Amino acid sequence: MADTPKGPVVLVQAEDFNTGQMIEQATSRASNIGAVVSFTGLCRDEGGKLAALELEHYAGMAEAEITRIATRAYNHWPLDQLIAIHRYGKIAPGENIVLVIATSTHRQAAFEAASYLMDFLKTKAPFWKKEHLIDGTSSEWVDATEKDDMALERWEDVMSE
Amino acid sequence: MKILYFAWIRERVGFAREEIDLPADVKTVGAFLTWMQSRGEEYAYALESDTLVRVALDQEHCNDMSQSLESVNEIALFPPMTGG
Repeated sequence: MADTPKGPVVLVQAEDFNTGQMIEQATSRASNIGAVVSFTGLCRDEGGKLAALELEHYAGMAEAEITRIATRAYNHWPLDQLIAIHRYGKIAPGENIVLVIATSTHRQAAFEAASYLMDFLKTKAPFWKKEHLIDGTSSEWVDATEKDDMALERWEDVMSE
Repeated sequence: MKILYFAWIRERVGFAREEIDLPADVKTVGAFLTWMQSRGEEYAYALESDTLVRVALDQEHCNDMSQSLESVNEIALFPPMTGG
């Protein structure tokens, strides 16, 4: 892994990923990494009601948009690695949906970059969730929340510093 | 022009993509949306809410209704995103 190119790594895939293995990979070649922050987003069962989530995505733009967001983060904070994986297709409760890993010399950059990437990914990356219920009655598109939009505002000051 | 639809906008239109020739006077994103709404019941229904329709030009977000469509090859229309 010594010749891993610098810059963010973005993967959009149907297959599951192994969080532990990805963290190990991100830190295995490290010599001056003091911090690794990871976030894994999982599929909830919504109180036992949900059979599966179906994630639709805009192939091509999904990769491009996450890469644009990750590149902004990578250029803003002193990071070593920044990795984002987002799944699409049918995902059952308990399964992984998204993974973000940030490594840095110190913790603050890693925490903030991971948080920034997740906040922007939620409202700017072209993915849409549809809920399939266990009783089979209906399948509904998940509504976007205002809370997610508001999460972006707090980054305006941070990024303009 | 290649037009792509996603999520419930795709379901309301009835298909995921189409290739269309835009009228000569449709030069901006705003004019495009207005024209699209006039193409039939399913388009009017899919695109009825100004606040819930998002636009991407050649796979980049566009919030500017006055943005020109000149040299654009692909327009995508979709609802607010719910990934992550």
